[in-house]
Amino acid sequence: MSERESMEFDVVIVGAGPAGLAAAIRLRQLAEAAGRELSVCVLEKGSEVGAHILSGAVFDPRALNELIPDWQARGAPLHTPATEDAFLWLGRQRAFTLPLPPQMHNQGNYIISLGNLCRWLARQAEDLGVEVLPGFPAAEILFDDQGAVMGVATADMGRLADGSEGPQFEPGVELHARQTLFTEGCHGSLTKQLMARFALRDGVDPQTYGLGVKELWEVDPARHRPGTVRHTIGWPLDRGTYGGGFLYHLEDHQVAVGFIVGLDYRNPYLSPFEEMQRFKTHPAIREVLEGGRRIAYGARALVEGGWQSIPRLGFPGGLLAGDAAGFLDVPRIKGSHNAMKSGMTAAEAVFDLLADGAGQRGEATDYRQRLDQTWVMRELHAARNIRPGFRWGLWGGLAHAALETYVFKGRAPWTLHHHPDHAALRPAASSTPVDYPKPDGTLTFDRLSSVFLSNTHHEEGQPVHLRLRDPALPLSLNHARFAGPETRYCPAGVYEYVEENGAGPRLRINAQNCVHCKTCDIKDPGQNIDWVVPQGGDGPNYPAM
Amino acid sequence: MKVLVPVKRVVDYNVRVRARSDGSGVDLANLKMSMNPFDEIAMEAAVRLKEAGQVSEVVAVSIGTDACQDVLRTALAFGADRAVLVQTPEAALEPVVISRILKAIVDEEAPRLVLMGKQAIDDDCNQTAQMLAARLGWGQGTFACRLALADGEARVSREVDGGTRTVALPLPAVVSTDLRLNEPRYLKLPNIMKAKKKPLDIKPLESLGVNTSTGIRCLGVSEPPARKPGVRVESVEDLLHRLKHDAQVI
Repeated sequence: MSERESMEFDVVIVGAGPAGLAAAIRLRQLAEAAGRELSVCVLEKGSEVGAHILSGAVFDPRALNELIPDWQARGAPLHTPATEDAFLWLGRQRAFTLPLPPQMHNQGNYIISLGNLCRWLARQAEDLGVEVLPGFPAAEILFDDQGAVMGVATADMGRLADGSEGPQFEPGVELHARQTLFTEGCHGSLTKQLMARFALRDGVDPQTYGLGVKELWEVDPARHRPGTVRHTIGWPLDRGTYGGGFLYHLEDHQVAVGFIVGLDYRNPYLSPFEEMQRFKTHPAIREVLEGGRRIAYGARALVEGGWQSIPRLGFPGGLLAGDAAGFLDVPRIKGSHNAMKSGMTAAEAVFDLLADGAGQRGEATDYRQRLDQTWVMRELHAARNIRPGFRWGLWGGLAHAALETYVFKGRAPWTLHHHPDHAALRPAASSTPVDYPKPDGTLTFDRLSSVFLSNTHHEEGQPVHLRLRDPALPLSLNHARFAGPETRYCPAGVYEYVEENGAGPRLRINAQNCVHCKTCDIKDPGQNIDWVVPQGGDGPNYPAM
Repeated sequence: MKVLVPVKRVVDYNVRVRARSDGSGVDLANLKMSMNPFDEIAMEAAVRLKEAGQVSEVVAVSIGTDACQDVLRTALAFGADRAVLVQTPEAALEPVVISRILKAIVDEEAPRLVLMGKQAIDDDCNQTAQMLAARLGWGQGTFACRLALADGEARVSREVDGGTRTVALPLPAVVSTDLRLNEPRYLKLPNIMKAKKKPLDIKPLESLGVNTSTGIRCLGVSEPPARKPGVRVESVEDLLHRLKHDAQVI
């Protein structure tokens, strides 16, 4: 084992998304205002900031207004105000406009690329003296003698498939910190370890998730109406499956189109990727895309659990913020504003803790309390029953959502609870296979040509970053009982069962295709897959997703 | 002994590019940019020579907008001692102009060796090293897959069809690097942080008094024709019929 170098920071932040960058900026703002030295470093596994960021996105600038009030003068990439909103129920061929629930009004919001916003936030952070280090995934949590988190270690580079050190081997670096913020986004690989080690989920509901599949299109200028926002429910999903589509008209004749499927779906034959492809063939969507060309593709899991799934947010030595904890507001179909605000609140709590001097790897125990006093938690509390209400199907869920919104106004005296997504699958024997149409190559596509447009790259010859706890389980459980659901829920074609030399099926993991969406780690029925970070800079290279 | 390493900022090799709808060029908006991989090889070779004690200073130079500072920081993280950015307006410059600018930089810096990628992966021109050597009146060793310095000369093994050809060049010389010269190192995080503090001089292009006119115009950029989807044939007869009448290859 080669010796690892180590570096010291006051605060290390894992993940350069909206939460991590907002936290870094806030920390440096506070330090400058107080005239204090405070070193802050942000690690990012993508090859550059934004490379792994994927969101719709209609963005509520509320947190940004608080963080950088003069963002407009500083050229933040918020170019397209959301001007026209519609909420559609889709039948197979028809579309009906539904009344727009108050949470879905988007006046004052912007249609953006969250990737580009993060690139801009990273520049603001660097101008404030933050070390932003893309291409360096945090691979390991470091603990001190007392068991407190004392930082992270970056991934080794140049290991061979068998785990041994190759000729170019470069060991990871230990980043030691007085406080470590984990802002890895939905279902982060280190956050998952923290949840287990510090029992952060004790007494709260399991987190629930959705998988979002998104494409960016350049459309016929005649069909482009910048500022237009469309959300859909209904077709192509059946009434028992939660999910819906979106279509946002950005600037430069670009349209973001995507589809989200709740990962509590039950039919193992369902394929979120193919639901997305099918969604685009609906007349209401097709009419916008036809004659255009697809320019980018990606997918990412998102948190849907809301208020009742928020774990304990702190532990000795650090805090969770953003969707690593889970602040997405499902009825508003937004989370970046909450992610940023939670990052800023975490920064404030950590700054005060460190100012006390006694804050060496202590816990900023007042973080949750501070957060409870912000609009983030008020918003999430009011919305808490809407997503779980969809256990009663589409119409039951909508009726319940209306009741919660218009009658109780978020103050119902009860809280509905969640079940873990991986336990939701029914056996294949009692499920109906879905017959998805073949891709046509112009409007609909297959997985591999899609992954091609995500610019995904993993250096060859490295250890597989999708680890099976029990190598026999894919066959004995996934294949035998659930007809191999990982071959369908993976939006990148990572998993396939192959038969070679008459030896019977075997699971093949094409890890080089992985777009880092984390769905397999979430939905695997046996919870047998651990998604760990690959070599630095690997994964998708999203342009402006 | 000083080595000059010119580095170009190009679209990253993992990124798929597309032509602008009007054919006026490649759409680079929001795409990840990186150091040209062949220049990384040149950078690695220069740093290895320095680590071996044969070179005392490695200077990286890039030509372009302010955005090129990022590839210069990468060069500094590799181990370059300092960097020079020749700052130009937006437009991409032709190799002939780049060679004029590099000549002006060589006149200022007086390196004994210019080590550069044999071509950039964006325009694939493979011209700059040759034109620079001609302007300087220096020897050139192109497509280098082995490089050694000894007795005031550079021994360069060149990749030629079916083998290698080894030449000895008196210094100063220009050497362009091919793929097999080395495998560039992974950048170390502490070196990336140190690179932020290394000197990076910015010279406006005007200050060099270089003529940038070429008379060359880009008439159009187009993508290769899309591959037609395959068809499933029903029988051997069907296959033969289609080969004969649809594809017209038999």
